[in-house]
Amino acid sequence: MTEFNTALNLKAPDDLYEQLIELHRGLTEAQSEVVNARLILLLANHIGDPDVLRTAMRHARAGVEAQ
Amino acid sequence: MSPELFAYRKAPELMTGRRGDYPVIIVGAGPVGLCAAIDLAQYGVECVLLDDEAALSEGSRAICFAKRTLEILDRLGCGNRAVARGILWNTGKVFLRDRLLYSFDLLPESTHKRPAFINLQQYHLEQFLIERMLQSDRVDARWRNRVVGVAPAADYVDVEVETPDGRYQARCGQLIAADGARSSVRKLLGLESQGQVFHDRFLIADVTMDADFPTERWFWFDPPFHPNQSVLLHRQADNVWRIDFQLGWSADPEEERKPERVIPRIQAMLGPQRPFKLEWVSVYTFQCRRMEKFRHGRVLFVGDAAHQVSPFGARGANSGIQDADNLIWKLARVVRKRAPESLLDTYDAERVPAADENILNSTRSTDFITPKSHASRIFRDATLHLAQDHDFARALVNSGRLSLPFSYTSTPLNTPDHDPFAGTMAPGAPAADAPLHAPGGHAWLIDQLGGRFVGLYFAGSGIDETTRSRLQALVNLPDPVYPVVICPMGETPTERWSDLPMFEDAQDLAVQRYDATPGTLYLIRPDQHVAARWRHFDIHATRDAVQRATRTSEVTA
Repeated sequence: MTEFNTALNLKAPDDLYEQLIELHRGLTEAQSEVVNARLILLLANHIGDPDVLRTAMRHARAGVEAQ
Repeated sequence: MSPELFAYRKAPELMTGRRGDYPVIIVGAGPVGLCAAIDLAQYGVECVLLDDEAALSEGSRAICFAKRTLEILDRLGCGNRAVARGILWNTGKVFLRDRLLYSFDLLPESTHKRPAFINLQQYHLEQFLIERMLQSDRVDARWRNRVVGVAPAADYVDVEVETPDGRYQARCGQLIAADGARSSVRKLLGLESQGQVFHDRFLIADVTMDADFPTERWFWFDPPFHPNQSVLLHRQADNVWRIDFQLGWSADPEEERKPERVIPRIQAMLGPQRPFKLEWVSVYTFQCRRMEKFRHGRVLFVGDAAHQVSPFGARGANSGIQDADNLIWKLARVVRKRAPESLLDTYDAERVPAADENILNSTRSTDFITPKSHASRIFRDATLHLAQDHDFARALVNSGRLSLPFSYTSTPLNTPDHDPFAGTMAPGAPAADAPLHAPGGHAWLIDQLGGRFVGLYFAGSGIDETTRSRLQALVNLPDPVYPVVICPMGETPTERWSDLPMFEDAQDLAVQRYDATPGTLYLIRPDQHVAARWRHFDIHATRDAVQRATRTSEVTA
């Protein structure tokens, strides 16, 4: 099983963040939702490892309902 | 169709005034109840088959019959008629709007007797089954006999039956409820089938036309002729085509089944120039649910009475017929007191997980076709759009995962492997077919199995006298095991072996599919599933495995 990495793994965190915002520029909320879903599907397939994906999903959802 | 298929006769109870007493009563003469009756008769057990109607099913209903089901129909003597009348298909296509997203091929393998699927209207199959059943005098089929009361006791079940000539009482040792999704037996016993209702409606239409569409399964998401919904087109026998239109939950079922509503939908799909005739229309919703247990004492639930799935994946009739296949060899042994009642618990232990697998697959297809939440729809649409350009997303598109047989890998009837084997033929798996060469010509491995325990022995280039006499001794076991010997091609031993059924492995595929080495023995159950296997044949181990597979060790121990 691959260890799930939540330590910093990005060379340029600010670049990534900007790219994400940029990705959605000019899109309606509905279009943004589509882009996000496509991005998740593409990344999930690239990662492939079901343990990693399950763990990521758990982290993604953690605490959301309490907010 | 000959009307005498459904000849009504006054029940003997109504003439003698005496309560009937039968080993087995089956309620429901759909495909599953009919298969159960034929199978019981083949095992030498008499039964009464009750049905509240006297007609073949209206409309096509179940249309896709899978390879495993065809193998069971072969065992029941109906396979050839079903395949001859049915339509062969291998290719499925999935469209998004007017574009082909991808197509799949079920890879026809000429090295199996039966194809992956045939399409055949349920009423045709029912007719073949009834005609087959009428060849046996062990089945007493009673039409227009409606069960109105069920009273289970410790040693029997009493049923009350309503007929055009009045009511009568009958008693049976075992009652099989094959009376469909709205099972009256289930209701009369106050039992429930629980699960999920899907909030969607589908219009299903059988249409006759001379069309030049290829014989393929076509599934559209959001087609121009039926925007925002899905459509399925599938060919059946006699130039009848099945069309399923997704309508959505708000559709009015009464309005939608009217021809003036249906015909424009079909014209929009086929184009205005193509003549067609509407044969049958129905509007349906569906559920994925099952009973908690399929065996309730002496009442055994099979098919839709026990479990229901959505139609996407052809898992309804196929799994029901596989229920009967699993149950009847056990029931026949219990009725004839050759196995303890606890063998019937394994019907439950084996078919409940099979139903769960079907429900899981069917629910997943339904969630894709009818997304139940906003997020679910976003992912579904994103998947469809990605599938146009990216291979990986095509694997996520789910318009129905087609029925495959269930492997009973965790059943207590299996003898666990002690020897190492590769491949898929582990205990619990359905036996694989392979082409064989027999003295009379071509033969199929699957036809040598079923109806009894078989010891499938893989001989090398030579077999010694001891092995030969031990193989012959298998038939003298308390529950006899019939040896079938597979030799390498061109190496059938001399005629002194003629007292054993011998076949040559025509394309070496039996050896490959069973990962066999010289001396390997597979013990195959009467329902053609593997019970045990060994690298070296040992008659004592074989006897123990039969006892385990019939639960007779619990009695003799």
